Amino acid sequence: MITETLTLDTAAPVMPESIAPQPVRKVAIICSKGSLDMAYPGLILANAARMSGIEATLFFTFWGLDILHKEKVDHLHVATVGNPSMPIPTIVGGLPGMESFATAQMKKQMEGLDIPSVREMIEMLDDSGAEIYACRMAMDMFKLEADDLLPQVKDVISAMDFFDKAAGAQIIFI
Amino acid sequence: MPELAYDGHTVQLNPEGFLLDKQQWTPQFAEVLAGKAGIGPLTERHWKVITFCREDAAREGQPPGLRRISKLSGVEMKELYQLFPKGPGKLAALVAGLPKPQGCV
Repeated sequence: MITETLTLDTAAPVMPESIAPQPVRKVAIICSKGSLDMAYPGLILANAARMSGIEATLFFTFWGLDILHKEKVDHLHVATVGNPSMPIPTIVGGLPGMESFATAQMKKQMEGLDIPSVREMIEMLDDSGAEIYACRMAMDMFKLEADDLLPQVKDVISAMDFFDKAAGAQIIFI
Repeated sequence: MPELAYDGHTVQLNPEGFLLDKQQWTPQFAEVLAGKAGIGPLTERHWKVITFCREDAAREGQPPGLRRISKLSGVEMKELYQLFPKGPGKLAALVAGLPKPQGCV
């Protein structure tokens, strides 16, 4: 077994690979869904990337714009109908109030585990240096203005702009 | 297992660079590791974070996640990323002689 000994006074110190400065890594995450359960994967991945020193760019499009919308970010819902992962029969899931009830249950569970709200995740991501963009085309489709979005949104850009920003990055689509 | 020798001490690290035996931590170790990790000399703000992490880990039995540090240490998220660029969650624990935090936030 070889042990590697690091000393301060050698001219070219050898260090475990993980501590030595690494080449920059980048991820670019496309968030296209707006339900509560689908809002988290993109945000958590981006945050984990930032915590690991990986640069992160987020691009919100279509229903993902709900996550950035000032009036909607605190009111995202989880689907109770047509959702095969939900342990509720569709006939029950379709009853009035079920969607709100299931959403409230999910939120309560998350609070119990001290999982941050979607709004707080966006704030944390902005503080961590992740870049947050909204999709121009989706903004036009939903007739939204930059003013409707959270202050952490850096800019409204096109898909081609997104690819420019994602150069060299690993792209994740959610 | 990689070892780190500094100023008369030799300590063992795990393959990721985290201190194996936390009893072996010294403030000097923190300075040495910070230098190697590219953090630069440790300021009073760095030490505020490191001290909080060590105290919280002793209380809770596990190293604090980044969000916990930003809420309870008195140093906020933005500043944490300035003090420990490229991975404050891991780097703060590394320098504080704690194991890598397990959570996602």
